[in-house]
Amino acid sequence: MPDKVISCNNLTKQFGDFTAVNKISFEVDKGEIFGFLGANGAGKTTAMRILCGLSYPSSGEATVAGFDVYRKQESIKKNIGYMSQKFSLYENLTILENIEFFGGVYGLSRKDIRQRSNDLVQKLGLEKEAGKLVGELPLGWKQKLAFSVAIFHRPKIVFLDEPTGGVDPVTRRQFWDMIYEAAASGITVFVTTHYMDEAEYCNRVSVMVDGKVEALDTPANLKKQFNTDSIDDVFYKLARGARRTGD
Amino acid sequence: MSAVSLKNITKTYNKGRVLAVQDVSFEVAEGELFGLIGPDGAGKTSIFRILTTLLLPDKGSAYVQGIDVTKDYQTIRNKIGYMPGRFSLYQDLTVEENLNFFATLFGTSITANYDLIKDIYEQIKPFSNRRAGKLSGGMKQKLALCCALIHKPEVLFLDEPTTGVDAVSRKEFWEMLKKLKQQGISILVSTPYMDEASLCERIALIQDGRIMKVDTPDEIIRAYPVQLYAAKAANIYQLLNDFRESDLADSAFPFGEYLHLTIKNNKDDGIEALKKYAAEKGHSDAEIKLITPTIEDSFIRLMKEKKDAEKTMA
Repeated sequence: MPDKVISCNNLTKQFGDFTAVNKISFEVDKGEIFGFLGANGAGKTTAMRILCGLSYPSSGEATVAGFDVYRKQESIKKNIGYMSQKFSLYENLTILENIEFFGGVYGLSRKDIRQRSNDLVQKLGLEKEAGKLVGELPLGWKQKLAFSVAIFHRPKIVFLDEPTGGVDPVTRRQFWDMIYEAAASGITVFVTTHYMDEAEYCNRVSVMVDGKVEALDTPANLKKQFNTDSIDDVFYKLARGARRTGD
Repeated sequence: MSAVSLKNITKTYNKGRVLAVQDVSFEVAEGELFGLIGPDGAGKTSIFRILTTLLLPDKGSAYVQGIDVTKDYQTIRNKIGYMPGRFSLYQDLTVEENLNFFATLFGTSITANYDLIKDIYEQIKPFSNRRAGKLSGGMKQKLALCCALIHKPEVLFLDEPTTGVDAVSRKEFWEMLKKLKQQGISILVSTPYMDEASLCERIALIQDGRIMKVDTPDEIIRAYPVQLYAAKAANIYQLLNDFRESDLADSAFPFGEYLHLTIKNNKDDGIEALKKYAAEKGHSDAEIKLITPTIEDSFIRLMKEKKDAEKTMA
């Protein structure tokens, strides 16, 4: 099997008689930027929780970074990074302390942590701020730092759950520069967003509706398939028919 | 009389160490749908809390329906509806109980003003016995809007009502706002989504506590000072990096499928120059065209101008 970092086959999750995720199947390649779109309540979060090793599926198969989602949850967690709009770093630790803490959690050696955190602080241009509390940073910087920390242990794949919500338009684009750079270094990026222009930055995009993956292709092919010139329209055409409006 | 009027409002926190709102002035006309557009941390919520009489400004004056927010807060509270950014209804009460509670609080009843909320409430009516805490995001948003409307306010304050809401529900929400406007309610709404700006009659663009511009969306776009080009090629990320390194481009940003570019010497016909440069860098397939800016283009441009001005001052 050539470099499939995520592979799902008929993956399903039921809560009682409610099928949150309904037989979804797809594969994500190494180094790919994969956009995971869907309306509120479509089942994105449930599917992501399974792929992150935080929840067991009810049926179907999936492997993440080569590990089975039923039997190898702990190995999955070690091989992925995760960041969301809500999750932030420890606000009352400094930038360097946060990096050191998360590096330690992922089992990096002190030497590696020191070396890599110097590189990181330099790359982000935060040399002066390195000793400052994270809580004092502007939101845009917090999000960029949170992303850097999420890939600090060089995971095979990073899950980003609405990483750019609420940040200013320039920072939002700088954030995508970082995503491209991570992908170019071989890290697979699995990202959800409510900004439809960001869907265009993905190599491939899937759209979930009522628990199912209703469309999956490159942005260009999706637009061709739905005979429109914007992903916004593709999304609207698919999600308008959704019956579910949960979270 | 303006529905809302702010004059040189300044608000700081932490004994002046955090400047949340700096010298902000704008007016919302009666019956207007006015948008406050800016990212998190721009100062939008502080402005809302001052206007809804929940926070006192350090400096400046503000009026809602001609009434001073620092003097006659009780009168203002009866005239306004406020939907805060964070869901603030009672999670343990049902949909109907919440609505009833807010109606009673304002000395009215659900039936008295039912016409105003009918279109919105009927969408959540099937769940009227469900606890508010168990509703989905979209339904919570609709219930919160009903509760903010039930006493028939003259001015409606909506703080980021569409944040975290999917693109389809966002469209529906703006349709609801248009209908409310037709009923004569003045609306001040904030959003971090730049694409929603065009749905407002007038907007204020805000960043770092300062208003960068107030005008109609069309006028803000018309006032964009230079030509804007869109570019795309097979390897668009490489094209972006090539333009960033070039002396030709003044700015280069990804905008969905295309890059948006401005050039340093704005007088030239940029299309030919940009095409030539792209071809030199190996993008023989590059497509370049002149385009009309979006509000997001204007916002980025104004952010840069603001930064440049601050640099000159420092």
